[in-house]
Amino acid sequence: MFSQLRPALVSLAALTVVTGLAYPLFVTGVAQAAFPHQANGSLIVQNGKTVGSHLIGQSFDDPKYFWGRLSATADSNGKALPYNAGNSVASNLGPTNPALLDEVKGRVDALHAADPANDAPIPVDLVTSSGSGLDPEISPAAAEYQVHRVAKARGLDDARVREVVQAHTAGRTLGVLGEVGVNVLELNLALDALE
Amino acid sequence: MNWQGYAQIVLVLGALVASAKPLGAFMARVFEGEPTFLDAPFGWLERLIYRLAGVSLDPAKREMKWTTYAGAMLLFNGAGIAVLYVLQRLQGMLPLNPQGFGALTPDLSWNTAVSFATNTNWQSYGGETTMSYLTQMSGLAVQNFVCAASGIAVMAALVRGIARKQATGIGNFWVDLTRCTLYVLLPLSVVFALVFVSQGVVQTFGAYHPVTLLQATKDADGNAVTDQLLALGPVASQLAIKQLGTNGGGFFNVNSAHPFENPTALSNALEIYALLLIPFALTYTFGRMVKDTRQGWAILGAMAVVFLPMLWLCVSQEQAGNPAFTSLHVDQVASALQSGGNMEGKELRFGISASGLFAAATTGASCGAVNSFHDSFMPLAGLVPLWLIQLGEVIFGGVGSGMYGVLMFAVVAVFVAGLMVGRTPEYIGKKIEAYEMKMASLAILFPAATVLIFTAIAVVCDAGKKGVFNPGPHGFSEVLYAYSSAANNNGSAFAGLSANTPFYNTTLGLSMFFGRFWVKVVVLALAGSIAGKKLVPPGAGTLPTHTPLFVAMLVGVIVVVGALTFIPSLALGPIVEQLLAKT
Repeated sequence: MFSQLRPALVSLAALTVVTGLAYPLFVTGVAQAAFPHQANGSLIVQNGKTVGSHLIGQSFDDPKYFWGRLSATADSNGKALPYNAGNSVASNLGPTNPALLDEVKGRVDALHAADPANDAPIPVDLVTSSGSGLDPEISPAAAEYQVHRVAKARGLDDARVREVVQAHTAGRTLGVLGEVGVNVLELNLALDALE
Repeated sequence: MNWQGYAQIVLVLGALVASAKPLGAFMARVFEGEPTFLDAPFGWLERLIYRLAGVSLDPAKREMKWTTYAGAMLLFNGAGIAVLYVLQRLQGMLPLNPQGFGALTPDLSWNTAVSFATNTNWQSYGGETTMSYLTQMSGLAVQNFVCAASGIAVMAALVRGIARKQATGIGNFWVDLTRCTLYVLLPLSVVFALVFVSQGVVQTFGAYHPVTLLQATKDADGNAVTDQLLALGPVASQLAIKQLGTNGGGFFNVNSAHPFENPTALSNALEIYALLLIPFALTYTFGRMVKDTRQGWAILGAMAVVFLPMLWLCVSQEQAGNPAFTSLHVDQVASALQSGGNMEGKELRFGISASGLFAAATTGASCGAVNSFHDSFMPLAGLVPLWLIQLGEVIFGGVGSGMYGVLMFAVVAVFVAGLMVGRTPEYIGKKIEAYEMKMASLAILFPAATVLIFTAIAVVCDAGKKGVFNPGPHGFSEVLYAYSSAANNNGSAFAGLSANTPFYNTTLGLSMFFGRFWVKVVVLALAGSIAGKKLVPPGAGTLPTHTPLFVAMLVGVIVVVGALTFIPSLALGPIVEQLLAKT
């Protein structure tokens, strides 16, 4: 068996150089040349300031903004800090865990408090935590649920806000892949730009 | 579910079936030592590695007996574990560490080293808060390549054993390892990595990037938070091999749910495609190497017969949603405006269909990457990934390991059929005798015993009980899932379990170690024995192993073994949880 020691060590070293150094460096080089925007985080830059990433959600609870999914992320001390993009985590609450119901109920109450007149059923994605805690999107149903509240807070027509929502709704890839979604940060930035 | 959800599943599975033959035929050429179109760019590198390693360039002079082959494999993987352990312990002193992460604890380093060297990729840590870029790309990702190649090598050796007659050798481990890495895994990874970047997967060595929040928020102590720190890294290169090698260890803590690790519906479909690509194709490689491609299609058919009903159960349970939410006036019905269903722990861009498909694929295939959180699945939907793992990772299975695993079940299936008619069983021209049956049984039973024994220990001792997160039967499911995942080298989790403790790191590490290497050595022993046998020409009493009858026998053996072994424990977890939820 020890006659195999030399090939073991040499193969490990050689394949480390090939797959652990040459390969990632090559991919990085090509990626930075061909797709610099995507490779560096799909950042949104406005007036020279980086205001977010197209792919990473942010936390909103102001009535004039659309709200996103719930987020279970925490800060470095383990205390709740939603949409912490340096520490992704899911809630991992089981389907029969009473804490899950408390979480859903808390969001339902917050939505009702922000818009007491709205008694429509609440779309499920608006009251549940995303897998990453950083989900940038909500469903068109969840956006529609919030249109009136946002319009009122901004003194706009519902129809005007609905137009902006539609402009930021992305369909399925190839017509079948994934789900239809509305990018919350892009939508809120567009609403701010209206004023 | 919308029609698009079904169409998405059909599209991905259809693409996989379509690519099985071309890729499978190509891999057969790689393992038979035949020239391929990749000799021009990589041939010099292959020969250079052999020269440095002292491996003969003459194929006839480098044949190994099974014992030598197994020894080489163990030595190589052992060295991999040692290097990875040291790298994690020293990462604070090494370069490419822009966030300044320090050394990992000894028990976590052991767990992670074994985890990545056994193709499990169980993760007790969160990547973006623990690992430096160097540890990720030159430690973890390297093991993603070579332990995947090591699994495929063992499968190639077993198939050679079946195909050869009265031979002593089953190939050369160093050649299989090197050729698989250079000609199969590396080129595919380069292509997939760049496509992933085009979709938005990050690939940079720059430090984490701060951005200004549109609406400032407050932390738990009431302090204003105005910035968000975006974790970055060389993610795409690691993601590609994590999927293609059915490794599954995420760069980020939330794995392929993270928008930088799985940004779009297209990247998601490609990740599912990538993780099943090689397992699908290896069934064709097998058929090609034993010179009867119908044998490979029969195996693939048997896998599909188990997979499709399990996928249906998972997706339909998730689409039905959580009955506890209805009293809160929550709308979970699918419509043109939403996918509906149980969205806890899921990303909106994937919805129910693409999350359920990912969950079934990643657990059937021993990958363990996740794009949604299985801990938050409805009880019977969560049973699907759990049981697919417990079946021994043979429903498509890990790269190589799925194929050699299912061949163990095929040996048992022909043996059971032989008992029915009172005849010595044969498989593809080789007599299956007592020695082969012992090896196949050891390969099947050992991981199952590991799962049940360690779960039993964990749920009766305080150190084990302390890690449980969700109350009631779901907490038991978390522990059962953890040991099922470790012993069968999957790596996914009911992730509420707090596994980064000395107890779990140590016992899960042992489960992964024995689950992987015990089975591989036993498989090689069977390969060595069967290689030395004469070829028996098929007679009137031979059970053909490419027919629907054999597919049914094989499915029966896989399902009955999996059910008899695990239904009692499943009854204590997801099944009782489902019954309680309904009342």
